Amino acid sequence: MLVKIIPELGHFALIIALLMAVVQTIMPLAGVATRRPLWMAYGHPMAVGQFLFIAIAYLCLTTSYALDDFSVANVANNSNSMLPWYYKLSAVWGNHEGSVLLWSLMLAGWGYAASRFSNSLPRNMLARVQGIMGFISVGFLLFILLTSNPFTRLLPNVPQDGADLNPLLQDIGLIVHPPMLYMGYVGFSVVFAFAIAALLGGRLDAAWTRWARPWTNIAWAFLTVGIALGSWWAYYELGWGGWWFWDPVENASLLPWLTGTALIHSLAVTEKRGSFKSWTVLLAIFTFSLSLMGTFLVRSGVLTSVHAFANDPSRGLFILVLLAITVTLSLGIFALRAPRVSHHVSFSWLSRDALLLVNNILLVIMTVTILLGTLYPLILDSLGLGKISVGPPYFNALFVPLTVVMCIFMGLGPVARWKRMASRELVGKLWLAGGAALVLGMVLPLIYRGEWNLWASLGIVAALWIVLPMVRDLVDKTRHGTTRLAGLRKLSLAYWGMVLGHLGIAVTIIGVAVVSNYASERTVRMAPGTTVEMAGYRFTMNELVSRRGANFIADTAVLEVHNIDSGRHFQMRPEKRFYLATGMPMTQVALRPGLFRDLYVAMGEDLNDGSWAMRIQYKPFVRWLWLGGLLMALGGVLAVIDKRYRRTQAVSHVQLASRQHIDEQEVTP
Amino acid sequence: MTPKRRQKLLIILGCLMLTALAVGLTLYALRANINLFFSPVQIAQGDAPVERTIRAGGMVKEGSVIRDPQSLDVEFQITDYVDELGVAYSGILPDLFREGQGVVVIGKLQNDGRFVADKVLARHDENYMPPEVAQALEEAGYSAADYQAKAAEVGQRLEQ
Repeated sequence: MLVKIIPELGHFALIIALLMAVVQTIMPLAGVATRRPLWMAYGHPMAVGQFLFIAIAYLCLTTSYALDDFSVANVANNSNSMLPWYYKLSAVWGNHEGSVLLWSLMLAGWGYAASRFSNSLPRNMLARVQGIMGFISVGFLLFILLTSNPFTRLLPNVPQDGADLNPLLQDIGLIVHPPMLYMGYVGFSVVFAFAIAALLGGRLDAAWTRWARPWTNIAWAFLTVGIALGSWWAYYELGWGGWWFWDPVENASLLPWLTGTALIHSLAVTEKRGSFKSWTVLLAIFTFSLSLMGTFLVRSGVLTSVHAFANDPSRGLFILVLLAITVTLSLGIFALRAPRVSHHVSFSWLSRDALLLVNNILLVIMTVTILLGTLYPLILDSLGLGKISVGPPYFNALFVPLTVVMCIFMGLGPVARWKRMASRELVGKLWLAGGAALVLGMVLPLIYRGEWNLWASLGIVAALWIVLPMVRDLVDKTRHGTTRLAGLRKLSLAYWGMVLGHLGIAVTIIGVAVVSNYASERTVRMAPGTTVEMAGYRFTMNELVSRRGANFIADTAVLEVHNIDSGRHFQMRPEKRFYLATGMPMTQVALRPGLFRDLYVAMGEDLNDGSWAMRIQYKPFVRWLWLGGLLMALGGVLAVIDKRYRRTQAVSHVQLASRQHIDEQEVTP
Repeated sequence: MTPKRRQKLLIILGCLMLTALAVGLTLYALRANINLFFSPVQIAQGDAPVERTIRAGGMVKEGSVIRDPQSLDVEFQITDYVDELGVAYSGILPDLFREGQGVVVIGKLQNDGRFVADKVLARHDENYMPPEVAQALEEAGYSAADYQAKAAEVGQRLEQ
């Protein structure tokens, strides 16, 4: 009996969660305004309850998927009884309603974590953070309940079977990519809440940055992994071997990543030097607003892609209004309160402060150029000025040079001193690394391929210019220890986090430079017996077979691949699948991955005379792209572990200082 | 002017110049890389520029797809049920490319009126007509009644 009303239970749990979120918004903020600790204390239990009830709702929807309850419209539209069980569970977020529910669940999870792990925060601050998190949650829960209820029933005409999940989404990439990306998007809500709370309280000091930094780093690490996974998924799933298309949907995830990166660096300056305060707060606001905008672009249906599920204009409008309210309110608060928190600290033009300022400016310029290219067609379209599209050449023409300039400063940053540095000292530290980067960058492509390529060289020089000064810095830092190893041990985890993060960028840059310049591709007509040679490999099609999968039938090409140098050979089996429930064809590529090269074979189309159009690609260093992303994320996480450790030690006196601060504040309104 | 003020002025001027440069470059890059959309009707009327990268879209005309038996060259016609446009392409067509379905092609219009495509995107739509094409038809003075019945009929026949 209870099984039959699971969707209604889920719906009911969502309504309770909404009510709790409303209480969580009003009571703590009102408590701060009227100085009532009891009211402020509503924040934590409400955050817990809200998380619990959204989790119940989410479980209810998952159960409906697992039990093939096709009377629920959402299940009927996106699942099928033939779908393997793991895709049934991941199909929950393979559609608009379910993914917004996942968004809200994560928001509540972050809200709960922020509330749970912030015992060292002053009461006022914590109450404000909880109130703001509650406010965002109200917005999204209203969005679900009013426009995208996942529990809507199809009664009394219950379909016999579901329409099936989009075949492109039936893949391991989909199981992990969206949750990671969402964790990143939503994670920035915490630092956003901290920023607004700091503005409201008029308090932004080193202690505040120590609270805000771990949250920012974790959210950023998730977003980094999410973007890398998305790129990896597009690479092997879409069948033409590209890894970044400058598609508006990809740009939407890159935008908060860029401002988030700027935010991490700006927070470092705010903590160490007490400057850039207003700027840090502004970046926190921008980052979360861009996350919301990303959600809007992707989910509203203004763009056509695998990501755009919603075709109901009221949904797009709702997110747009939510975005407008968030941006207007937060910028309004910023304009009114920022002068209170800002603080002038002087530094010379050759110092780590100044270099980080340049880094921030460059990242913001990148953000603006991408934002412009992404929104320009949408704005023109909505004004009725014609349908245009802005292609990859625009983005490449601007993003590549900006990245190169950024790399120049990235080499300087880690070795520079805070406040001021003599130019002679900087040159002394860097000339060797610079020279080595130039020489190696010129020579390595020659050794690797025997032909020189300006762009590949430039990329390698840039990557080495990032890495070598850090190596030099490590050598200098460990020189004075008793042994080198002891010196290495002494370095903080935060420092290692920085090293890994920058190393990740360098690895990604090498990947981009090599794969963009040395990849080869051939589109050929192949029948059994045809042989094609490319990049030192010989591909022979042995036979064409048909097979049946769980919910599809497939034509499979069996290729024998022979490495001409080493004499080794192996098989590759690309497929063209036809999904039965949706009637959609799909290309399943065959990959032979490797650290230094990927072989990539995709079946194009049946040419109806026993032969197929095949796409064969050789992709050197393509794995480095995503490896770099993982290294960056790992760096972000390492830095957090260090902070935590330091904070438990620092708690006692921070707490003491903050209590005093509150007392002062309450006297002077 | 005190040295301090002069320094500030220089900084502000420097920032302004950099901003101006950045905006200028961005707008230039945008102008050079915008691909305008044209429907077969607009191309037939001579609205589209020749030898410039543009996008065109419509439905793949039934029975118009001709494959070269030796290579991967393919020719087909796209139609908005008012006018037609011949497209030449070499390579693999997307999975969802089918006769009677919507496509958007990116490439250059030649002097002889043929369209040489670098890229073909399949565009599935429930109304049997990509929204860009419907809008372009409307702007060219055709009402939905002129093509919709035909489009729906062809679409339904092909789906069966």
